[in-house]
Amino acid sequence: MLERTIVEAARGEADQPHSPVVRFGADKPLKLDAGGVLSPFQIAYQTYGTLNAARSNAILICHALSGDQHAANVHPVTGKPGWWETLIGPGKPIDTDRYFVIASNVLGGCLGTTGPSSTNPETGQPYGLDLPVVTIRDMVRAQAMLIDHLGIDRLLAVVGGSMGGMQVLQWAASYPERVFAVMPIATAARHSAQNIAFHEVGRQAVMADPDWRGGRYLAEGTSPRRGLSVARMAAHITYMSDSSLHRKFGRRLQDRDGHTFSFDADFQVESYLRHQGEAFVDRFDANSYLYVTRAMDYFDLAGDYGGVLANAFKGAKTRFCLVSFTSDWLFTTADSRAIVHALNAAGAQVSFTEIETDKGHDSFLLDEPEFFAITRGFIDAAARAVGVN
Amino acid sequence: MSPRDLVLEELKANDLTMREAARGEQGKRIDLLLISQMVKPGSRVLDVGSGDGELLELLATTRGCDARGIELSREGVNAGVARGLPIIQGDADVDLADYPDNAFDYVILSQTIQATRRPKWVLEQMLRIGARAIVSFPNFGFWRMRLDLLINGRMPSTENLPYRWHDTPNIHFCTIRDFVDLVEEVGAQIEKATALDASGHPVRVNLPWAVWNLLGEQAVFLLSRKG
Repeated sequence: MLERTIVEAARGEADQPHSPVVRFGADKPLKLDAGGVLSPFQIAYQTYGTLNAARSNAILICHALSGDQHAANVHPVTGKPGWWETLIGPGKPIDTDRYFVIASNVLGGCLGTTGPSSTNPETGQPYGLDLPVVTIRDMVRAQAMLIDHLGIDRLLAVVGGSMGGMQVLQWAASYPERVFAVMPIATAARHSAQNIAFHEVGRQAVMADPDWRGGRYLAEGTSPRRGLSVARMAAHITYMSDSSLHRKFGRRLQDRDGHTFSFDADFQVESYLRHQGEAFVDRFDANSYLYVTRAMDYFDLAGDYGGVLANAFKGAKTRFCLVSFTSDWLFTTADSRAIVHALNAAGAQVSFTEIETDKGHDSFLLDEPEFFAITRGFIDAAARAVGVN
Repeated sequence: MSPRDLVLEELKANDLTMREAARGEQGKRIDLLLISQMVKPGSRVLDVGSGDGELLELLATTRGCDARGIELSREGVNAGVARGLPIIQGDADVDLADYPDNAFDYVILSQTIQATRRPKWVLEQMLRIGARAIVSFPNFGFWRMRLDLLINGRMPSTENLPYRWHDTPNIHFCTIRDFVDLVEEVGAQIEKATALDASGHPVRVNLPWAVWNLLGEQAVFLLSRKG
């Protein structure tokens, strides 16, 4: 019964989210990389702290694949704390007593910004696969329209990890004059073949579920729960590391004394992954998963600049701070270093550090004191340079 | 653990190539003050082997420089970035290749050249990336080093360089005279040179290299490309 409620609550967020919403009408179409425009469309967002009189203390937070705009508040669907509450809040490294923090749901998402589960105004039905495929650059274009709407010319900083980091890099490339400092964390300037491969496995799992119904499951009253759950399970492995899985679970058995000689979840790690899959399905739309993973696959920043990444940042006055994590094998230190090299070639001001941890890609969401100290130091230095008190 | 071992442990933890050099009146390292005085105000500076950014901070606050750093040790980088300084975790022996020509007015290598694998390559890169290079290093021709080797017959180890030969980041020591030869070899010219005595103070008098080589515990050179 409870589960049903969460699913319904999540479904309700697509059109009528528990967040402020900006609706962009026919006069403000969103130009898409796939060609054509999206219009009308809407963006759901959360803010924390207060915009100062000079409008100079705004920080935009970009979320990752499975994230949303609820970065630092209790999630309206799951009731869980915001995904970056460790980092954002009063007195936290991104201090909402000093900064005005904005977090918006990405284009293609399912928590209130236009995505495949939103109602298509032309048909009155959910878009499903009728929504054009969107890119990271489209997401960022939409965010820039939100920032315009909020009356902010220049952001103090744009911060994000993983897919959020891709958006951060896109911000620096597309709107260098509109952002003073950027923090791309655990990310890459292009999605690797291995990462595209993992995403393809996830998408195929969704599409192989008969309840996916060619993407029309919402209209037909089904839900590709098993497919999406498998996709999430596979992806979740890539967010951790061999050593963190070993430390957390080892070969320990789940509530039993011996092997059952069946395909039940004998091992704790199996039970954990099943739980992760189930919990994700309750709150996330399967088609959104297809759209957002696709946006990451298409991301290749250098590709838009003649194949030379440094050209994306040419003449940039923006300050950069890149962070990678030693055990992250999804977005490796080598990926971050490639960006650093390009930034050096472009003469940009860069900080870069690798944090030692065994927690894998998910480290950027976890309690990593060194990462927090670096974030605080970098953001506060940017604020001093801009003259934010 | 003996006091000496404790010092060694701490040094290793911080991955510093030298023990804290002598400090001046405001607690600033004298060699760093000397270097910062060689830098024209408002310059673009790259500090190679910047540690936790002490020199970067000095250059930014007292000389109004756009000063950036590269540092090998994660601890050094993290401490510096947490203070808002632009430092990149990287290896001078490799990463200098990525910088374009003439990207900086000065490229500084303070107390680090002896820890690089390819000192000549590093010096060449510095002079390519920057219009000028500033290099400070411990002088192995210092009389105490020579005496130590002569009397004890062991690899010298001083207050500033307490490592043992088999466990040291310092793999390419040189003397002032050796360094002058290298400058010649890479086609650079010496604009200014200073030797620091054991207390960290400049050897005032202008003396022949051979004498500086004997009296200087450290040396600081300001170099530029020839012609």
